Amino acid sequence: MSLTPKQLEQIATLARLELSEPEKKMYAEQLSVVLDYISILNEVDTDGVEETCQVTGLEDVFREDKAIENSEEIKQKLINSFPEKMGKLLKVKAVFSDEAE
Amino acid sequence: MNLNELTIKQAHDGLKKGEFSSVELTEACLKQIKKRNKELNAFISVFEKEAILEAKKADEMIANKKQQALTGIPFCVKDAICTKDTLSTAASKILGNYVPAYDATVIRKIREQGAVLIGKNNCDTFGHGASNENSMFGPVKNPYDLERVAGGSSGGTAAAVADNMAIFGIGEDTGGSIRQPASLCGIVGLRPSYGRNSRYGVMPMCSSMDTVGPMTKTVEDAAIVEEIMAGHDELDATTVKETVPKYSKIKNQKLKIKVGVPREYFELEGMDKETKEIVEKQIEKIKRSKDQKIEIVEVSLTMTKYAIPVYYIIVPSEDSSNMGRIDSIRYGVREEAKNLYDVYAKSRSAGLPAEVKRRIMIGTYALSAGYYDAYYRKAQKVRTLIIKDFEQVFSEVDLLVTPTSPFPAFKIGEKANDPLAMYLADIFVSPANVAGLPAISIPAGKTKTGLPVGMQIIGQRMMEEKVLKLANIII
Repeated sequence: MSLTPKQLEQIATLARLELSEPEKKMYAEQLSVVLDYISILNEVDTDGVEETCQVTGLEDVFREDKAIENSEEIKQKLINSFPEKMGKLLKVKAVFSDEAE
Repeated sequence: MNLNELTIKQAHDGLKKGEFSSVELTEACLKQIKKRNKELNAFISVFEKEAILEAKKADEMIANKKQQALTGIPFCVKDAICTKDTLSTAASKILGNYVPAYDATVIRKIREQGAVLIGKNNCDTFGHGASNENSMFGPVKNPYDLERVAGGSSGGTAAAVADNMAIFGIGEDTGGSIRQPASLCGIVGLRPSYGRNSRYGVMPMCSSMDTVGPMTKTVEDAAIVEEIMAGHDELDATTVKETVPKYSKIKNQKLKIKVGVPREYFELEGMDKETKEIVEKQIEKIKRSKDQKIEIVEVSLTMTKYAIPVYYIIVPSEDSSNMGRIDSIRYGVREEAKNLYDVYAKSRSAGLPAEVKRRIMIGTYALSAGYYDAYYRKAQKVRTLIIKDFEQVFSEVDLLVTPTSPFPAFKIGEKANDPLAMYLADIFVSPANVAGLPAISIPAGKTKTGLPVGMQIIGQRMMEEKVLKLANIII
């Protein structure tokens, strides 16, 4: 399994990573090696085998659908960690704009 | 003996008898950090002032007869675990300014005892690595040989505990990240069963395999800390409600057990001969131990060679999804950008190292339309077969004993440009994660050149107690 720089670029776009041309080449090669290696799993017969998504055996863990109120202090700390803000509001770039991708 | 060289048990007893104060104990650790951290690079943050304040409070607790197991004991924490009001970067640039408003549940439990948080440890960024060379803060050096790696991803914590910069540490283990560095630095590292300890506040990598556990100087210390960390947590729905045994009472107990030695863990191509011999010698010692009834049998785990490929599909897949939240929107370092896409792409590219990008991309690919069945679903099926392989063996034996790492600490740079060679460093430790089993690494001896070699004990799910008991007999 070999990835072309073009395919790599597509993956990087989906993953929201900006890569330089030399990086694209390097990652395409490295990822191809890893994908080759993991293809060893094809030799395992998994017909009729159930998938394992988790190992605890727990199912449907519920709690009451109730908001847990945090103190003003904690709220202020969370606001303080916003990368950009206007007062108490988180500032982000427009989701819909002509400049978008 | 310097105070910073004490174990938890010794420090606890000394504090109780008033032989020294927590402030003195904390100062001894801080002194060692000052002396050695420049060389070892084991800490990203050191909380000198705060630690002394916490130690003073602990001394008051002790004076008021309110001492608990960890009161006044200085400890360090891997930087990928959230600690309240203190920088928690995960060794990344993107979280270079991140200060959580809360402690991870396991850290809260330890701090409620009055333990003293002395600093945050360097690690492979977001836990992605087996050598600590993938840290954006530079590699951690091995205290036994500064030209060699400390292991990873919890390498800073392992080096700090091995070098007596703290009395104990807390690491995180998704594919060996507690046990492998513990092995390479000659300390004890316990990865509990998945579901035993709360993951709340532990930065997620692979949600179905991540665990958090103690890194200590002795098995008894690991048992003391694990007893405090373990248990159900409302904030982590994957924690189980089973009662936590009194792990700290494991000392001087008689064992009547059958221990399996899986041949696949000793026949690996390229394995270090000395490592194999040291572990085999320990197994001989267990066999001959007079007071115990321990039977050793050879067993086979035929699926072993598939654990790493399964791991390197499931981990990057869940990882790429978990890393989606590291987007510089609500927290983290945001790069200048002209639109929303560029905020994500530029911030992530500048703030994450190569290995994180590799894993995000492998995961994105493995989960993408048309490839999901061939990669992720296939790996989940093989995961089932690996679990069955262990179940089969555990119907015959109580515990398994193996080497922790196929080789002792390797040279910095030796495997840095070969991701696959690095992945194979975890070949003996990742199967326990794939199957959700508890496992410990304990020091087994040293090579002729003085490098530590670790051995691993793997148990059945929720059987930490048995794992700790055997470990305690060996060292």
